[in-house]
Parts: sequence; C-alpha cells; structure tokens
Amino acid sequence: MSFKSAVITFPGSNCDRDALCYLKDLTKGEVHNIWHEETSLPKVDLVILPGGFSFGDYLRSGAMASKSKIIDEVVKHANDNRYLLGICNGFQILTEIGLLEGALIRNKKLKFLGKNCFIKKKFKNNFNLSIKDNQVLQIPVAHNEGNFYCDTETLNLLKNNEQIAFEYCKGEFSNTGENINGSIEAIAGITNKKKNVLGMMPHPERAYSDFHQSQDGRLIIESLIS
Amino acid sequence: MRIKILVRLKSQILEPQGKAIEQSLNSLGFKEFSNIRQGKLIELDLPDNMSKEEKEQKIDSACKKLLVNDIIEEYEVLG
Repeated sequence: MSFKSAVITFPGSNCDRDALCYLKDLTKGEVHNIWHEETSLPKVDLVILPGGFSFGDYLRSGAMASKSKIIDEVVKHANDNRYLLGICNGFQILTEIGLLEGALIRNKKLKFLGKNCFIKKKFKNNFNLSIKDNQVLQIPVAHNEGNFYCDTETLNLLKNNEQIAFEYCKGEFSNTGENINGSIEAIAGITNKKKNVLGMMPHPERAYSDFHQSQDGRLIIESLIS
Repeated sequence: MRIKILVRLKSQILEPQGKAIEQSLNSLGFKEFSNIRQGKLIELDLPDNMSKEEKEQKIDSACKKLLVNDIIEEYEVLG
C-alpha cells in the first residue's frame, strides 16, 4: 500500500511547495495540495500544515488559519488516528486549534531566527522511530514566535505522557546555545496524547535533498513509512 | 457603539517587546520607566440598540473563539 499524504495551503503559507516536494520525493506516493477553503480532505495517511505566515501572522500566529474551513476536516483526520504534522507556522496553528497543548510566543531574544539548529528526540513516537537516542539532527529553523510556553501543570502532563518529541541541543560545530528561542525545557516539538499529531518548529522539509546542507529531515518521513 | 478590547499577555508570560522598548526609553533618558509591557487594543463597532447583556455575551464569545488565546493572554473591555 502506498503512503498517501496532503499539504494544506493557507494564504501566506510559504513552505507548502517544499512540503509537497518533500512528500513526493520521500513517500513516492500520492500527494495532494489542499486549499484552506476546501471542505473535504481525501483519505490520506499524513496531512502536513506547512510553515509560513498564514494570514500575515495577524492577531496571533496561526490564529486565523485555525478557524479556516478545512480545519474541521483536519481535526476529523486526526481523530481517525491518522498522522498530522504541523511544521513551524503549522505547529502554531495546531496549538491554536487546541490539538496540541501550550502556545508559541515571541522568541526570548526578539530576533527572527533563520539558521540551522540542532535537535534530538526526547520521547519515542511514530514520527521519530528511525532516530536513535541522542542522535543529533541538524535541521533549519525560521521563526519569530517559536518560544514554546505552557503552564507547569501542562508541562508535567507532557512529560508524564511522554509527549515531548524533540528538544533543542548543542551541535558539534554549533555556536548556537542549547535553547535557541527560550522554549520551556528547550522543547522543539510535541505530540498530542495519542501521539499521531506532531508539531515542531524546525523545518524537516528543508533538510532532505542532496542540495540541502543536511538530509536529517528524511528521518521523520522514514519513521512514518517504516 | 464603539467597543475597545484590551488584550495583553498574562503577567507571568515573558514579553520581550516591552523589554526592548524599556531599554530604548532608558537610553533616551527616561530612566524612571520600568516594567514596560506591550499589549494590543482591538476596536470595533456594535449596533447601538444591542442590549448590555447581548453585547457582553457577544464580546466574550468573540474573545474566546478568536481574539484572545487564554493560554497566554487576558482581556478587558474598556469604558
């Protein structure tokens, strides 16, 4: 059975094409591109909410996109235990929908961060199965609001349920600190309780091809397919 | 009827913009200014003939559904 996937495009998404290429190249299966005003979603194994600045980041990052027509279908898709991945702005949209806990606020040092960062997996889930414990991945980030925040009670839940998928770490040649944006416990990505929905700030779709500096982003799709 | 809704980050949430503004003001000589935090003001019109209860209920619902993220923000209707 071939792996089917879809990428949702919102006005202001700018990583949707990268995500489509990422899926086409790595899954070799059917890939759909869905406009946010659509009211139906084909039955696919994985949906990606891509990075970008949906609705210009007006009000709050991801706020307006989380109310788009397609979102009801995206929620149904997730409730059917199929995979949903939010990258960067997609992660912000997932927290605004309420599918993931917490919120993403301004980077601690107020800088837009566009650079390579280093992450490793924290708790095992189907998105990071092919990644070894303590394996350091080099994956770019590009965000202004990537500082993950949640209250202590929620943080304890995330830990107890093993929902923290990725955390920022030091890289071999990195002069970047361990926690680039000030996120609580250096959290770079979390899942929902059932672990079929992942939100992450780093962009794996910018680290898979020969022309990218790193190909570590492949491991996410390889984990899902394996 | 003009409605003004003040939305701000909860006091325990880091607000780096306020910090940057504070540093800038301090360097301009406004040394007494401290604890600066930046919020946002949303203004909108509602029909004059709407009852107070209906108005409050509509504003509250709009804030909960879209205007405010209650994980990080709080709001107040001004005036």
